[in-house]
Amino acid sequence: MAVDYVAAAKPYVAAPRRGPVTRVLENERWFAFFLLLPTAVLLGLFIAYPFVKGVLLAVTDAKVGVPGNFVGLQNFAVLMNDSIFRIAVWNTILYTAVTTVFKLALGLWLALLLNRHFRAKALTRAFILLPFIIPTVLSTFAWKWMFDPTFSVINWTLFHLGIIRTRINWLGDPQLALISVMIVNVWRGVPFYAISLLAGLQTISPELAEAAAIDGARPWQRFRYITWPLLLPVTMVVVLFSVIQTFADFQLVYILTGGGPANATQLFATYAYQIGVGTGLLGEGAAISLAMFPVLLVVVVVQLLYIRRVETL
Amino acid sequence: MSRVIIRSLNKRFDGVHAVKDVNLDIHDKEFVVLVGPSGCGKTTTLRMVAGLESITSGEIMIGDRIVNELPPMDRDIAMVFQNYALYPHMSVYDNMAFGLKMRGFDRTEISNRVKAAAEILGIEEQLQRKPRQLSGGQRQRVALGRAIVRHPQVFLFDEPLSNLDAKLRIQMRVEIKKIHVRLGTTAIYVTHDQVEAMTLGDRVVVMKDGLVQQVGEPLELYNEPANRFVAGFIGSPAMNFATVEMADTEGALWARHEGIRIKLPAAIAGRLRPHVGENVTLGIRPEDLRVASGSEEADLSFDAVVEVIEKLGSQILLDVRVGPNTMVAAVEPTVKAKVHDRLRLALNPDRLYFFDRVSQAAI
Repeated sequence: MAVDYVAAAKPYVAAPRRGPVTRVLENERWFAFFLLLPTAVLLGLFIAYPFVKGVLLAVTDAKVGVPGNFVGLQNFAVLMNDSIFRIAVWNTILYTAVTTVFKLALGLWLALLLNRHFRAKALTRAFILLPFIIPTVLSTFAWKWMFDPTFSVINWTLFHLGIIRTRINWLGDPQLALISVMIVNVWRGVPFYAISLLAGLQTISPELAEAAAIDGARPWQRFRYITWPLLLPVTMVVVLFSVIQTFADFQLVYILTGGGPANATQLFATYAYQIGVGTGLLGEGAAISLAMFPVLLVVVVVQLLYIRRVETL
Repeated sequence: MSRVIIRSLNKRFDGVHAVKDVNLDIHDKEFVVLVGPSGCGKTTTLRMVAGLESITSGEIMIGDRIVNELPPMDRDIAMVFQNYALYPHMSVYDNMAFGLKMRGFDRTEISNRVKAAAEILGIEEQLQRKPRQLSGGQRQRVALGRAIVRHPQVFLFDEPLSNLDAKLRIQMRVEIKKIHVRLGTTAIYVTHDQVEAMTLGDRVVVMKDGLVQQVGEPLELYNEPANRFVAGFIGSPAMNFATVEMADTEGALWARHEGIRIKLPAAIAGRLRPHVGENVTLGIRPEDLRVASGSEEADLSFDAVVEVIEKLGSQILLDVRVGPNTMVAAVEPTVKAKVHDRLRLALNPDRLYFFDRVSQAAI
């Protein structure tokens, strides 16, 4: 019986007439190719090409207006003996490590607070995002004013509270300058952590916390044994993104200090800009920015492996 | 003594009076089921006993202590949640051991208790697995295990079976009953399923709109419902209702309506006599209707037109039209009936229910 139905259905299955375009698109391989094409073009044009171009530049002695010749790893050899480069490396690592710890701690704290029920919850959540939404250049200029030795609102407040007697030179003092830059980075980065971690927290069923409360876990234990392990995959992704961003941070430092005073706040990106664009040594500048790559690669690989391990638990 | 006493318990959320003046004495070792439609306040009541919801007014006693201000962990209760609420990153063993670890039990004691509970529940093989590697039924067992290992004074169940398929639900129902018989721990169980309530509860509390409608043993609720709501809620298929007028003619009391004319037996006529001339609600359970065999039942039967036939095997449900009302009759599987057939249905005169039209209370 079943066979008869199939036979009877056959005329309806017969293919209608199709043009050449339709026939090509009916082929899954070609269809997939056309779907991928726009993405591939965009990635190639804006990511792969600049990256390859950067690698090529790094092994030449190109200057602005001079194509340059192949010099092998000479640019990197110069960097190894460049004391400013070494300062930049150390500063970048310190800058990334310290700000990441603070951003994570403050972001998590905010996320835990925002995850509670209170009046005007939505409004508060929106406000939290402000530092993240305002263009970095604008907010950093505001900070520059707040750090200004003469007009600093921070100094004014501290002075009138009787905490300080002399003005603090926030961006002029080499040690304070790095700390000041870090403060702005933390201020700007916390919302991203807070909102991402809040999203992660909201995927954790409140019943788990209730079950743990009945099981006898105190608030800290509930966080330690339930919330934190369940939030860990999200946390790792957020930290990964943030580390990459912070490691390559440019705008903040460029506006606040330009890498100074005396290279005290010099980072990979600002130094690469100074050498490559400021001084016109394109080859050496490319080499500096490329020097970040292996470090970031290690960070990314380690974290991705870790995320995979956590997720398969 | 692990009794639970609830006195004048109230809960108000923003403008909503969710639980209204609930009073309940739950005895030691008793299994009490709170049942009602969603939004009736049963879960809120349970959560207030657990300490997960604050109490607006009233008093809750567990054992001999008033627990109003105690956090959940100090109330010596264990709760089984609807969605199991297992810790997804912990093994089955760790899930069950967590409460004991938090309370500082030593390793051997924890291990002994977890293994004992696993044996009762038949999940010894799964102890090293993660919750997501388990089936729904196994997860529910782990959730039960987590409650059992604690040896609490009271078990609280919040619709623990509603995420399981029908067959598993019946199986787990039996197991919960067995565990209760074996451990004898006082239990409060919330469900919206009246069959679950009837089969599990030593006593059943029927709630609606935050109010307790009736408290009683399962058969008491079935046989003597306090009001129309309980009558309609308990029993499956649900009780049939029709509005009838009470009339006193030919020296007997009659319940009359389009299509229905029933002569009330003397036994119940007395209670209904004050309502002569009024409309009241008549209730007949489907199982108290049968296909009439002869004309001698003329005063206790009525004509009905079959609209739908549901053959369940052990019985047949006839959805019939009686005048303007539809009714369900649960009849013997041997009855031969077809859709649109006109039948005469006889009723059991000892099992008629009457409810006041206004107060809905049983007459």
